[in-house]
Amino acid sequence: MAWLSNIPATVWEGLRAFLGPLALTMIVGLLLTLGWVQVNALFLVWLERKVAGHIQLRIGPKEVGPFGLLQTLVDGVKLLGKELITPAPVSWPLFVLSPILVFAPVLVSFVVIPFGPGTQIRDLNVGLMLIFAFGGLGVLAILMGGWASNNKYALLGAIRSVAQNVAYEIPLLLSAMSVVIMAGSLSFQAIVQAQEGLWYVFCQPVAALLYLVGATAETNRAPFDIPEAESELVAGFHTEYSGMRFALFFLAEYTNMFIVASVATALFFGGWRGPFWPGPWWFLLKVYLLIFVVIWVRWTFPRLRFDQLMNFAWKYMIPIAVLNLMVTAVVLKIVR
Amino acid sequence: MHRQALTEDTFYLNLGPQHPSTHGVLRLLLRLDGERIVECQPILGYSHRGHEHMAQNRTYLQFMPNPCRMDYLSGLMYNHAYCLALERACGLEVPARAEHLRVICAELNRISSHLLWFGAYLMDLGAFTPFLYAFDDREDILAILGLATGSRLTYSYCRFGGVRDDVGQDFLEGIRAFIPKMRARLKDYDTLVTRNVIFVNRTQGVGVISPELARAHALTGPCLRASGVGYDIRKAEPYGLYPELDFDIPVRAGGDCLDRYLVRVLEIEQSLRIIEQAMARLPGGPVKATGVPQFITPPPGLYHTSYETARGHLGIFLAADGTRVPYRLKFRVPSFGNLGILPKLLPGTLVADTIAILGSMDVVMPEIDR
Repeated sequence: MAWLSNIPATVWEGLRAFLGPLALTMIVGLLLTLGWVQVNALFLVWLERKVAGHIQLRIGPKEVGPFGLLQTLVDGVKLLGKELITPAPVSWPLFVLSPILVFAPVLVSFVVIPFGPGTQIRDLNVGLMLIFAFGGLGVLAILMGGWASNNKYALLGAIRSVAQNVAYEIPLLLSAMSVVIMAGSLSFQAIVQAQEGLWYVFCQPVAALLYLVGATAETNRAPFDIPEAESELVAGFHTEYSGMRFALFFLAEYTNMFIVASVATALFFGGWRGPFWPGPWWFLLKVYLLIFVVIWVRWTFPRLRFDQLMNFAWKYMIPIAVLNLMVTAVVLKIVR
Repeated sequence: MHRQALTEDTFYLNLGPQHPSTHGVLRLLLRLDGERIVECQPILGYSHRGHEHMAQNRTYLQFMPNPCRMDYLSGLMYNHAYCLALERACGLEVPARAEHLRVICAELNRISSHLLWFGAYLMDLGAFTPFLYAFDDREDILAILGLATGSRLTYSYCRFGGVRDDVGQDFLEGIRAFIPKMRARLKDYDTLVTRNVIFVNRTQGVGVISPELARAHALTGPCLRASGVGYDIRKAEPYGLYPELDFDIPVRAGGDCLDRYLVRVLEIEQSLRIIEQAMARLPGGPVKATGVPQFITPPPGLYHTSYETARGHLGIFLAADGTRVPYRLKFRVPSFGNLGILPKLLPGTLVADTIAILGSMDVVMPEIDR
């Protein structure tokens, strides 16, 4: 039976010879990413509903599967079976493209997420830049969707979203820059390696806080969920979307949460570092703990008003982030 | 203040009648300059059922279930007010035990109405969790009222000259358990909501109504008392048991959304006080007056009765012509005045403020449309 157990290795070697090592990593990485995105979204939606339930004196989903774990799967199947409604006055190429465009950049970001030492699809030397660059694309898709919907609520939601994302990307980048100055690299592997003795959250508490607040706003989560404020704008930019198109927006939102939490883990919480268990376990544990905090915040606070949100970014977060960056640079110059 | 907008820069937005935050079927036609409101026009009448016309086609007793379906959140108070109007017209005496039960039930109903408003308002502001907490408390009240009245929302508990039935021990025990639980919850709400920075920023200084403006638009109830006018029918024209009870009328001077919120939360405390006192002195005896005719027939004349519901001044005007059927029965509902101030209040604010202000007025549309 020895030949049987050799089959995977043989197939692997064959594919390797046929495609070349780089292309093979890419294909396997893509398949794993696609699978992971689905599983992560299914789990996160379940987690969100379960946590929200317990916060609100309820028990959350419990019927489908053990602890209701399969509830999201059933919901996903339902969304798959729904009709894709395209209202008559929409500008359809943009309307159809938008959910795809909001989802694609999210996938790309997975290339550089460092799950463990060496457990990464590609360790690019501009990894952090890549994530922020592709993260910025999502807002374009939201604007497209809101504009193409030809609906006043969707348009208002899209406008709010653009203003908010532009405002909050600046403190996000600036706080990440303070870490980059300390680590001296944009590569995730190098940044995590640099946190050998001390996590950056302890040397850069201000940057960590700014990053977490900015990331919450960047992913449109409460209390910054202004673009989809359901009590004001019905459903914001995705008012006119139904079925799988709506599900893609949803999927992108939850995957985005995973990505910003991963970046936070790598930048501030020592990445995969931790005793006893292998790196990826620690990494995932930290990521989901951060996401849990974000969920907790969402179900506790009311929503900010739009102008208060903008004031908060421009008047407080950005000056503090600039100051923090400058202090970091000066102190490092003196110390080294 | 708001900038005079050019016509080509503005657009119309229909907020409602199918919108998550208009609480029922209100339509606000907004003219917007970006997110800033230039003009607001409330459009009513989507749930008109012709209650006042129905009153002219049936006997006084047959109309009994109708008033509590106008404001379904303070149904018991409407029911009480209707009975009060007829009792005054006919000169009926109500036994002491019935008066006590009426006040206990009406104040429980006031608390449940304020709790529902509390939850819905926080949901308007984007906080979902307090809604479920408030509904948890409200559920207790509905269960207690269900024991006495047999229904959960639209109660026809009062009868001309009394109440339908006496209450059992389970009703009294339920209230005794509920009062301390509600007091503990009010502390939770204080830390979770009232002292929350985001909540205070969203409501403080938003939608300020001066006492003059409030009077000019006939605001009543918590909306008026938040503007510094301490007017409450329970003190101004006392009815039922209220003159004998010791309670305060919470008044705030600011006139903004936060004050309207605080007045309602303080009123919950006062209602608890009223219930405690009424429970302590609850006498025995009958719960129905004897000798009430089967077809109650007020002598011809014009009668007016005022009542303080959870939303404000309810006026019932009755024109009786000496028959079994009212010649005219007109309701002056509090929400109408409270809603009418919106076109004055909204221009210059943002869409998000619209929701905060509209929510803080606590309008119930079926009461306005009738």
